[in-house]
Amino acid sequence: MDTALLIEKLVLVVVLFLVSLGIAAYSTYFERKLAAWIQDRVGPDRAGPFGILQPIADGVKMFMKEDFTPKNADRWLFILGPGIAMFTALITSSIVPWGTDLYLFGRTIVLQVADFNIGILFVFGTISIGVYGIMIGGWASNNKYSLYGAIRASSQMISYELAMGISAITIIMMSGSLGLTDIVKSQHGMNWNIFYQPVCFLVFFICALAETNRAPFDLPECESELIGGYHTEYSSMKLGLFLFAEYVSMFVSAAIISILFFGGYNFPGMDHFSGNTLALLSVLVFFAKIFFFIFVIMWIRWTIPRFRFDQLMHLGWKVLIPIAIINLMLTGIVIAFHEGWFLN
Amino acid sequence: MESLTNRKRVVSDKPMTFLEKLYLPAIWGGMFITLKHIFKKNHTIKYPEEQRVFAPVYRGMHVLKRDEEGRENCTACGLCAVACPAEAITMVAEERKKGEELLYREEKYASSYEINMLRCIFCGLCEEACPKEAVFLTDRIVPTEFDRNDFIYDKSVLVEPINDRIDITKRQNTGKRGVI
Repeated sequence: MDTALLIEKLVLVVVLFLVSLGIAAYSTYFERKLAAWIQDRVGPDRAGPFGILQPIADGVKMFMKEDFTPKNADRWLFILGPGIAMFTALITSSIVPWGTDLYLFGRTIVLQVADFNIGILFVFGTISIGVYGIMIGGWASNNKYSLYGAIRASSQMISYELAMGISAITIIMMSGSLGLTDIVKSQHGMNWNIFYQPVCFLVFFICALAETNRAPFDLPECESELIGGYHTEYSSMKLGLFLFAEYVSMFVSAAIISILFFGGYNFPGMDHFSGNTLALLSVLVFFAKIFFFIFVIMWIRWTIPRFRFDQLMHLGWKVLIPIAIINLMLTGIVIAFHEGWFLN
Repeated sequence: MESLTNRKRVVSDKPMTFLEKLYLPAIWGGMFITLKHIFKKNHTIKYPEEQRVFAPVYRGMHVLKRDEEGRENCTACGLCAVACPAEAITMVAEERKKGEELLYREEKYASSYEINMLRCIFCGLCEEACPKEAVFLTDRIVPTEFDRNDFIYDKSVLVEPINDRIDITKRQNTGKRGVI
């Protein structure tokens, strides 16, 4: 491996890290603002003009708070929980293709940290490990509410991963590849998957909400009945990491949704541009799509009330999985028909 | 029975239609409502910068009035303390000495007059009970404190300064002693 490639990837990693954290920080601000607007309020407006320094103030507050560990908590697991949650949330963004190739210093820079040929599997792998963060955190707290939250989180995530995986398989069948780069390239221009697979998108989107523990599937947190759920016993920056991980994974899942269904960085009329202009435009378009989905996820949170646990399980197992399987079979039949299986 | 309002709804448990079972139209309807609210005007009053306009009869922090010559009106009769349903008012009466005619209006005055603002319910009965037009509720807001003892207001807070009279003309229509 040559040094230039290493530097290039390192720069990309650092930029990605900062961008993810920055977007997550400002998601917290925007979430509060949006909640306020929906409820005809003003929202945070004290720190700086329009309150744009609010995330910094929140961060300082988190660091200044007492870092408390309960007496009967498992100390190492207690620290490990938020660490895993944050790590898995951040690492998923490494396989996302952010734009078309950039040409700088006589080199072709691929705007993707690692192009795995099994990209989508990697996403599911990290999401599954993400459950451990919540599970370990809830278990180590040695608190009944935390444990309830953790159990709910893990059962919810395992249930919804099935429907999510099946709808992802549908997309994999459409593009013929597991790599995210290939999936994006197969949706060149306006040839987006959403126009072929609206039902699949719906299932995937609902599952993505459940996977990121967002309302109406925020049962693991449940402010009103579980006093915060798995992070009841957490304080200071450990709590901050848990809350932050949620927003980072919201950002990443918005990115994955736009890659799988809305063409990633593709936009209509992209053939009229080339080189670095196209690269910059594609990155901008991709981020516009991501911000739109972050907005939609927040919008849903402030519209729909929380599910009851049995309703959640009913929706996951009895509704979404059958729909996803039927959709998968229909897609398979149509693809086989296109390939000419039934012709002779 | 005929309903008293036109808001009466008959509850029915008819089975849901297929469209209703999908839930999605209802969810989109709900999301459309919240979207409309994003663009609506908010009703927040940003307190320190903006202040709500109070009604003329707003009952806020008390004032112990002086008369035109700057003498305290209160004669420590105790009627306000008796009238107070929250028992927030205590006072100690004292006889006016020679040379104090410029300070107190009548022969008896309150050497100590305390209102516990944590007990007070701002009902205004003290004001109504007062025969001497001494105690009034004003449109001033009781400020917040960190210590409970700081909410017990004594005469140094309650009696209006001679040079900085508190305007109570909006509440002055009791007709007991004419308009000041």
